[in-house]
Amino acid sequence: MHTVLQTQEQADEQAQDTRPLTGNEAIARGAWEAGVRVAAAYPGTPSTEILESLARYPVEHLYAEWSTNEKVALDVAIGASFAGSRALASMKHVGLNVAADAFMSQAYIGVNGGLVLAVCDDPGLHSSQNEQDTRIYGQFATVLVLEPSDAQEALDLTRLAFDLSEQFDTMVIVRGTTRLSHTRSRVTVGERTEHLSRGFVENPAKNVMIPAHARPRHFVVLDREARLKQYLETAPINRWETGGTSFGVVTAGTCYPYVREVLPNASVLKLGASWPLPEGLLRRYCESVDRVFVVEELEPVIEKELRALGIKAEGKEFFPRTGEFSPEIVRAGFEKAGAIEPRAGRVSWAPEPLARPPVLCAGCPHTSSFMAVRASGARVAGDIGCYTLACLDPLRGIDTMVSMGSSIGNAIGMAMAGDTKPVMATIGDSTFLHGGIPALIDAVYNQANITVLLLDNGITAMTGGQDHPGTGKTLRGKEAPRSIMKRWCAPSE
Amino acid sequence: MSGPNPSNCSAGGVQLLPVAAAAKAREPINVLIVGVGGQGVIMVSKALASLAQSKGFEVKQSEVHGMAKRGGTVFSHVRFGPQVWSPTIPKGEADILVALEWAEGLRWLPFLKPDSGIFICDTKRIVPPFACLDRHPGALLRYSRETPAEVKAHVVEGYAIDATRIAEELGNVRAANVVLIGALSMSLDFSAEDWEQALSEFVPKKTIAVNLEAFRLGRRWVERARTAPPDAQPAETPAPAYRPYKVRLEITPEWCKSCDICVKLCPERCLRLNAERTVELTDAAKCTGCRLCEWLCPDFAIRVHLDAAEAPGVVAAAEGIRP
Repeated sequence: MHTVLQTQEQADEQAQDTRPLTGNEAIARGAWEAGVRVAAAYPGTPSTEILESLARYPVEHLYAEWSTNEKVALDVAIGASFAGSRALASMKHVGLNVAADAFMSQAYIGVNGGLVLAVCDDPGLHSSQNEQDTRIYGQFATVLVLEPSDAQEALDLTRLAFDLSEQFDTMVIVRGTTRLSHTRSRVTVGERTEHLSRGFVENPAKNVMIPAHARPRHFVVLDREARLKQYLETAPINRWETGGTSFGVVTAGTCYPYVREVLPNASVLKLGASWPLPEGLLRRYCESVDRVFVVEELEPVIEKELRALGIKAEGKEFFPRTGEFSPEIVRAGFEKAGAIEPRAGRVSWAPEPLARPPVLCAGCPHTSSFMAVRASGARVAGDIGCYTLACLDPLRGIDTMVSMGSSIGNAIGMAMAGDTKPVMATIGDSTFLHGGIPALIDAVYNQANITVLLLDNGITAMTGGQDHPGTGKTLRGKEAPRSIMKRWCAPSE
Repeated sequence: MSGPNPSNCSAGGVQLLPVAAAAKAREPINVLIVGVGGQGVIMVSKALASLAQSKGFEVKQSEVHGMAKRGGTVFSHVRFGPQVWSPTIPKGEADILVALEWAEGLRWLPFLKPDSGIFICDTKRIVPPFACLDRHPGALLRYSRETPAEVKAHVVEGYAIDATRIAEELGNVRAANVVLIGALSMSLDFSAEDWEQALSEFVPKKTIAVNLEAFRLGRRWVERARTAPPDAQPAETPAPAYRPYKVRLEITPEWCKSCDICVKLCPERCLRLNAERTVELTDAAKCTGCRLCEWLCPDFAIRVHLDAAEAPGVVAAAEGIRP
């Protein structure tokens, strides 16, 4: 046990307003402090609590909504930015695929009110269908990507993101991961700074992306990238922490604490922004050490950039490109690279673990639905939600699942291709409103011989029970016009 | 923190008294709390994190949810000390493992420090429906089979507590996690008063009294286990998988709407709809108590009770254990 005496520093800290916050709560707090006036999201693990937290701040401060999908959420935020207000959209990594059309165009337009996109990746697929790396979207669209490594940075960098957004006329991504989103630690909070609306600025050459306008904007985007790189050369969010010279580590985000856990005294370049990357700083840092390791979860984004600069960086050779990192994985990488002495294994007894797959909740009505589906002998295209669990025993009800709203389009294709079985699609209420409606219209339009089962349990259940247009309640619990499922499915005239 | 030393609990001041092996002064204390969705894992970790933070420690508490609600594994890492880097506890580095369910406790054992880790586990078992598929009379139940005695032989210090039964006897089965908090408190250097204050903030107002009682019973349980000479130690519940029991189905006919789900999905085919189209058990000897019907009934019309059997061996077949 430790003897803990309070230091002066700790006493000072306690005089400030500190509280335990998760990464998601801290992102929400940072946005609120930055004076955000409009926030929108579609729920998705691990990002859901960002909007839930924002909705707990006073209604006079900001408007917050559950949108029908991520593209709508981003469009709402872009609209608010056009109108001159600070705005935030949040989503999980795959949600950005849905919003990508708006996202890529917005990169050319830039902002009026500061615009921040909080995207939470899910390395290790705790609750997702893939583990794509959002930093590549930043590179793709040429926008700034900030990467907090803990809840305090989640607050600070989100707050900063709004300022940088307006300073550089760019949307800014705050990229989190499941580990950031769902780790609670002490955060020193500040006060809200109001940013009154700047008002709409009429400028079609910037705001209307026809080819004639977009062509010159592409040059503006490239110039913006150069200015961002210049800023990042000396920005305090990139920290050069000195240590030994035999090797150094370039890292960012939630990998940083793992590196520090394993190498408390090593030389580390801790990047607060993982895109774009400042060439001068990277070169100077890499020259200060004999070997350079890059520790980054998922794709070798930083490593490739270093290699493009002609720097012999080592990374994915030792640290995996899949899954979530841990102190063990980071230690094993450095041991394999010969950077640290292998430590004697600390092996505890490991009895064979019991398989405990998730199942539908007791009393869930989907159980009855999938009993009927199974009995029908149909080929079944499934969709995203708790009911995807019907692919497992004991329900064994669905054959495919691709992405939000895919079931109906997939079913159309299977039927048109002549599957020998009758073809069925199963889709939940929230997923139907999110991405199923255009496909249902397509099915009717093209006279597809399919049966669509709309499994309406009246809530977005998978992410913990959020409201949607079919529940008749908004994010803040206000009564709202209810989207009636039956009406969507009424026969056309 | 290493070995337990209840006499070292401080009296509620900010300064904490050191216990043995304080050499690793700058290292954080790692407590891993695990269980099944809905058991209250997050509440236990929040109470601990809040208490540690109020004592001036840096605290990181990391959890994973998403699938948690659906009967899956839930775990929460709590690390506190003068400085904490990684939000997750490295394998083999947990000082204490608190498990709210027996098989979950076993799953996370590799995270415990081999030379000093403390294992605190409820002997309650929540058998997942999947452990029961493809069974036949006499087949082995796919559930962890290690006994508390085996586990205790492999850890430096272990407590297998029937916390759920203790909580049931108090009249609130949901207080089982607080019984375990009581047990945990005996291995950490925070005072009982501080714990009780932290708990009062985290449990529903109406249940403060019963939870504080549960906390005290948990402490007393560990105290007795430590002080009593080995042969007089309180009898510990054997691994439930080995304990013979009788299955009793409690059916509420008014709630059954004849949907047939339980009948179709029962792995032993021992349920049917009777003349009134209400579910009933056809062959009590075949029922293994797997709970699949209870789990999947949309109307909560079936509850499965596993009552202790009078004579071991008699119901061993129903339990699925070969002698």
